[in-house]
Amino acid sequence: MTLPMFPPGHDPGPNFNEVLHRLGFGPFPEAGPGGAPGAPTRAGGLPGGGPGMLTVPGGGDGRVPSVPFQVTHGTTICAVRYGDGVIMAGDRRATSGSAIAHRTMEKVHAADTHSGVAIAGAAGPAMEMVRIFQLQLEHYEKVEGQALSLEGKANQLSQMVRANLGMAMQGFVVVPLFAGYDLRRAKGRIYTYDPTGGRYEETDYHADGSGGRDARTTIKLGFRDDMSREEGIDLCVRALWQAADEDSATGGPDAVRGIFPTVATITAQGFERVPEAEVAQAFGRVISTLSSAEVNRTLPAADADADAHEPDSAGPSKAGATKATASKATAARKAAKQP
Amino acid sequence: MTMPFYVAPEQFMKDKADFARKNIGRGRPLVATVYSTGVLICAENSSRSLHKVSEIYDRIAFAGVGKYNEFDQLRVSGVQHADIKGYQFSREDVDARSLANLYARYMGNVFTHEMKPLEVEILVAEVGAQPGEDQIFHILYDGTVVDEDRFTALGGEAETITARLARAYRAEWSLSEALKASVQALTGGERELSSRELEVAVLDRGNGRRAFRRILEAEVAELLAGREPAALEAGS
Repeated sequence: MTLPMFPPGHDPGPNFNEVLHRLGFGPFPEAGPGGAPGAPTRAGGLPGGGPGMLTVPGGGDGRVPSVPFQVTHGTTICAVRYGDGVIMAGDRRATSGSAIAHRTMEKVHAADTHSGVAIAGAAGPAMEMVRIFQLQLEHYEKVEGQALSLEGKANQLSQMVRANLGMAMQGFVVVPLFAGYDLRRAKGRIYTYDPTGGRYEETDYHADGSGGRDARTTIKLGFRDDMSREEGIDLCVRALWQAADEDSATGGPDAVRGIFPTVATITAQGFERVPEAEVAQAFGRVISTLSSAEVNRTLPAADADADAHEPDSAGPSKAGATKATASKATAARKAAKQP
Repeated sequence: MTMPFYVAPEQFMKDKADFARKNIGRGRPLVATVYSTGVLICAENSSRSLHKVSEIYDRIAFAGVGKYNEFDQLRVSGVQHADIKGYQFSREDVDARSLANLYARYMGNVFTHEMKPLEVEILVAEVGAQPGEDQIFHILYDGTVVDEDRFTALGGEAETITARLARAYRAEWSLSEALKASVQALTGGERELSSRELEVAVLDRGNGRRAFRRILEAEVAELLAGREPAALEAGS
């Protein structure tokens, strides 16, 4: 390796993605003028000058080639504004077609000290995008001596999504969700993206991924201004529960393996992961308040009188509502046994 | 460029070295020393925004004296190199030794082949996982690398300052003691240096992944008064 030295007219400045491209390592084509998606990424690189990671077989007849294998995607990620900033959450399941590819994937990442990025879409390009995004923010901060503004960070991510458009058209869509604490304005802010790099600021909340719609509805019904940390975590966890309930590609809490969705808070103190034990407790609270349409009426272990060898399928649900319905159900079952 | 008259290589090199040394010597000096939990870098610098000491990577810091635009370009190149290397391999694979060698090669090359040598001296420091594993590399204008494991001084009167530091140095000293001795070494007790005129930064093992931290003016004053600020001990 040699020390990268750029002549004054060709200095990439604080842009790490650009440095990568100058030196021939860039996975995402440049999005700037003249750097349209599909531009060759490295001298003597991949045939067709594709976006550098995969070449998808396809003729030169202008048709979009078909995706040659099953792409890993399907997810629920969400971000909710609360009193101290923003809460981000995401499930842990990665799927490949109908198969579960990975059970412990992390989809919510710290982008830097005061912002986080969650990802939905094709796992490979998405993880690479997160990695480059994190490096880009740190690189800028080191070269310039101060961090980018929150808007600047959101804009950077937008350019990376846009640069991925070629891949997106071949089926490798990456849709991130960006949220952070704006230190200059002292508030949490949320940005959403579309596959072409469009960037939209949300005022209160957003959810994305295959279960995003269910999660959004749940958050919409439960959202209040200035929620406490616990209320905010409960709302995110409830949204993930509902998404996992309706969407096969979204994983719910896995009490058997001890895998719980990722939840993180971003406040003036920075990005902080909510401990798994606390997320598990939040699920306990949420499950205890589910409607009778959602909870099995003959739930056995929620009743103290139930036989000890009956399996406990409800996890931590011991609280009022569930117990009441379960008691009724047990009573009815006992009555039915009577001759 | 063609040479109108013959100049002996010895004379040519000596002229270049004199030129570089003279201009570096005019700059204000800088010292670096290890302390119990990391590496301290302390520079005389009255500017709040044009830094002499900066972060390169997780455990690596950079400092330079001499011509600002020249050492700043070296700094940015170092950041680019380190970030690319960490991206290509792993964050653990980025180390000060290889970076110091790259700097040395570049500066040596410029000294030999260009008309004008770089009028800078730079420092690359790395904090180790354990005390005793810290590394300080001092690279001169002609690409000479000096490997130090306790302390070094750059810039004008570097030899005198190093001698003063050598007298004061104690192994495993605290940040406050190290900073007081560093300032004492810079001034020689002949003049006062207020916290306003100092640029102080540390690479501290307790700072998490990114060990680099600038010590703010108020904290410098606290440390010079012999108090270890609570925030520093908490590693925040």
